[in-house]
Amino acid sequence: MADNVVLLDFWPSSYGMRVKIALEEKGITYECRQEDFQAKSSLLLEMNPIHKLIPVLIHNGKPVCESLNVIEYIDEVWNYKPSLLPSDPYKRSQARFWGDYIDKNVYSIRRKVWIGKGKEQEESKKKFIECLKTLEQELGDKPYFGGEEFGYVDVALIPFTSWFYTYEIYGKLNIEEECPKLVTWAKRCMEKESVAKSLPHPHKIYGFAKQYKQRHGLE
Amino acid sequence: MSKGDKVVVLDFWASPFCARVKIALEEKGVDHVDNEEDIFGKKSELLLKSNPIHQKVPVLLHNDKPVLESSIIVSYIDHVWSSNSLLPDNAYDLAKATFWADFIDKKVFETGRSIWASNGEEREVGTRDFIEVLKHLEEALGEKKYFGGDAFGYVDIIAIPHSAWFLAYETLGGFKIEDHSPKISAWIKRCLQRDSVKNVLPDPEKVYQFVLHFRKMSGLE
Repeated sequence: MADNVVLLDFWPSSYGMRVKIALEEKGITYECRQEDFQAKSSLLLEMNPIHKLIPVLIHNGKPVCESLNVIEYIDEVWNYKPSLLPSDPYKRSQARFWGDYIDKNVYSIRRKVWIGKGKEQEESKKKFIECLKTLEQELGDKPYFGGEEFGYVDVALIPFTSWFYTYEIYGKLNIEEECPKLVTWAKRCMEKESVAKSLPHPHKIYGFAKQYKQRHGLE
Repeated sequence: MSKGDKVVVLDFWASPFCARVKIALEEKGVDHVDNEEDIFGKKSELLLKSNPIHQKVPVLLHNDKPVLESSIIVSYIDHVWSSNSLLPDNAYDLAKATFWADFIDKKVFETGRSIWASNGEEREVGTRDFIEVLKHLEEALGEKKYFGGDAFGYVDIIAIPHSAWFLAYETLGGFKIEDHSPKISAWIKRCLQRDSVKNVLPDPEKVYQFVLHFRKMSGLE
C-alpha cells in the first residue's frame, strides 16, 4: 500500500524532531512541511484545531497529534523492527512514565533557562540540572534508556540535546560537567543515522534562539 | 492472569486520577486493595518508595511492582487483563483516544481548579475556560453513547471521575453544565449507571465540602 505521510513541523522544535527520528528509524518516506508560527497554515488549523500546534503527522489524510502519541502510532502501524516500545506491558508502562516525566519537566523548565533572567533563571537552571541528573540515574550504565536497543525514551529525550549549546550559552551551564553519562549517551545516539538526520546543528538552534530573543526584545 | 495476583492501589478518596484506576480494575473484575494515603499529612513509606520522583497517588502495585501516572496505569491494566478491551484495536482510533486522554489530563482538572481556587474576576475567567474545555469534549463525544462509540472505554474512564467535582465547579462558578454541554451531561448520567463508576466515584456533595474546607485552609474564604 502506498502510504501518504506528511509531517507538519517547525525545524527548531524538539517535538517535531521526535517524530522525524521515529519515521527515519522505520524507514518511512514522508513529506515534511514547515509551519510559520506567525501565519499557521489552514492545513495545520484543520488538522489540529484544538491545540493548533506542531508536530502533526498526517497519515493518508488523517491527523495524529502530540509527539509521544505520534511515536506510539508509528510503532503500532509500521510494526516491524526496530520496535520503539517494549512489548511487555510493565516495561511499556515504565517507558511511558519516563516520556511523561520528560514532557512534564524538561519542557516547562528549559524555556526559562534560555529566556529567563535573574532569580527565575537561576532557579530554573537548578531544576533543569536536577531533572537531567534524575534521567541520568535512570539511564545508569545502560547504552540506551530501554537497554541494549534505542527506543521510545531515547527518541523522547534526544532532541532536547540539540538545544544544550543554547542552554549552556544563555544559562552559563556546563552540562557535560554536571551529567557526563547523559552527554555520552547523547553522543552515542547521534551516531545513529535517524538521529543525525533529524537534529539540526546546535549552532543553528543557537542562531534561531538569538534571533527569537532579539525579535521579542529579550536580549 | 492468575488468581494469585496481588493488586494494591495507593489511593486518595477525592482524587479523580485514583478513581480512574479503580474504575478500570472494577471493569476488569480484578480484586484489589485500596490504601488511603494522607496526601496532605504524612505520606506512607510505601508511597515514597514506590513513587520517589513525584510522590503522588495513584500508584498501582501489581505483585509489588509500581506502575505510575493514572492514564498509563489504565492502559497497563487493559494490556495485562486483556478481556473486554478498554482501548481501541486499530492504531488510528488508539491515537485519537490517547489524544483525548491527554487533552483531559492537561485541561479539565486545571481549569476546574481555576474556578474553585480563586475568587472574583479570576474565577469568572476560569469558569469561561472550563466551559470552553467542556465544549471541546462535547464535540469529541458527538452523538455517540460513549467517547469510543457504543462501548464504555478508555476515554470515558479518564474523563468520568472528574464529574464528581462538577457540583463544586457549578456551585462556585454559578453555572450549570447541562445548560452549556447537554450531551456531556447526558453522558455523565449514562456512565453513572455503570456499577464500576457508581461504586467508585465519591459523592459530589462530599467533594464540594472537601473543596470548601480546602479553600478555608488555604485562606481563600
